[in-house]
Amino acid sequence: MEEFDVVVVGAGPAGSITAKYAAMGGASVLILEKRQEVGSPVRCGEGIARKWIDEVGIKLDKRWIAHEVKGAKLVSPDGTEFRIDEEYAGSEVGTIIERDIFDKALAEDAVKAGAELRLKSAVRGLLFDDNGKVSGVKIESLEGAYEIKAGAVVGADGFESQIGRWGGIDTTMKPNDITSAIQYRMVDIEPDPDYAEFFLGTTWAPGGYVWIFPKSETSANVGVGILLSNVKEPGDARKYLDRFIENRPGLRKGKVIEIVSGGVPVSAPLDETVKDGLLLVGDAARQTNPLTGGGIANGCIAGKIAGEVLAEGAKEGDFSRSFLMKYENGWRDRLEEELYRDWMAKEKLIGLNDDTLNKMISVLSESDIDELSVYRILEEIRKRYPELVREIEDLL
Amino acid sequence: MMIGIDVSKCMHCGACVGTCPVNAMFLNDATLEIYDNCIDCGLCVKVCPVAALSMIKK
Repeated sequence: MEEFDVVVVGAGPAGSITAKYAAMGGASVLILEKRQEVGSPVRCGEGIARKWIDEVGIKLDKRWIAHEVKGAKLVSPDGTEFRIDEEYAGSEVGTIIERDIFDKALAEDAVKAGAELRLKSAVRGLLFDDNGKVSGVKIESLEGAYEIKAGAVVGADGFESQIGRWGGIDTTMKPNDITSAIQYRMVDIEPDPDYAEFFLGTTWAPGGYVWIFPKSETSANVGVGILLSNVKEPGDARKYLDRFIENRPGLRKGKVIEIVSGGVPVSAPLDETVKDGLLLVGDAARQTNPLTGGGIANGCIAGKIAGEVLAEGAKEGDFSRSFLMKYENGWRDRLEEELYRDWMAKEKLIGLNDDTLNKMISVLSESDIDELSVYRILEEIRKRYPELVREIEDLL
Repeated sequence: MMIGIDVSKCMHCGACVGTCPVNAMFLNDATLEIYDNCIDCGLCVKVCPVAALSMIKK
């Protein structure tokens, strides 16, 4: 049976970055992608900030940058706008990318670093050794069904991750930690070309938001995410999106050239992301920002940490749970506090009525606040409406 | 009850697979399967952004 130090399941950004750093550190690495093409179909709003990409060793590349914006604009249910500069607007605002090209570029980096990539290769299950350590994967592919041995298996298999659950890590989420999302890529429209826009309120997106991320002066990704616990009828997400578009003069006459759908994890961090011979990364590890639903930044940041730990594991011949705790501790040190705080903020936000949202955004639009962090926003709101913040003061 | 799949609507996005509380679904790049351990909870029907799934009487 073929054998690799590391088998990465899923060639999204988190998987490719993990594979790249593991291969750079000398590990033998195989990436398995169930689709016939990396990065396609796109399942993403495609907004990323510039500020974190240095950290993971990616260089901005005009091949995958569709459009650049000055910042974010939050729009309240009554239409009040609050603008914030890119620099302070979180990990999803700054550039609107072409995810299919971005993903291919990261996969290219991984294979240049020495990883092998096999397409149209779906993983159907895990192999375990006599001690219960994950020891490989069962694959169905163009070549038929076969098995591969691995020192460690990496679940980078996204929202729909099964690797974790097959390996004994509970990645199940509650209905109010899951978002049902749909997006149209629209052309022949008039988006605000300078801002990534976020529309809040129960009319447009109960427990979520509508986004308009411009991809040019005349095109944009227009999408909505609805909290699963707020879905009343099947297909609600699409109905909300269609209604929003019908109510926006700048969008109404637009044409749709692409439909994207998907689930987005908006949960608190998992209790564990490693087992003997197994680790999870990216959306599969629920490292997605629960306030924005953005997953690329955290997936890449955690992926780099994972790759470096796996390379070390390959050198020492150790992929035990206790060794992989280096990854677990590493990503938690870097991301967990923010993830947890933003999850608590999301829990609070989904309970707010439109009147309260109007008040909050109105305060922000009149303030001199220059940073879109939960901490700064709550501080500012407390000055005017202390009663709104009282229950969540522990976040401050 | 059981879960029906309208293959002409399915976007193969995996929203249902990630939502399933008992891991009773599998999606390769093009085909969605539902296994016998399905508990008919209907969460997959609700999460599907394009209403491709439904609860049907056996």
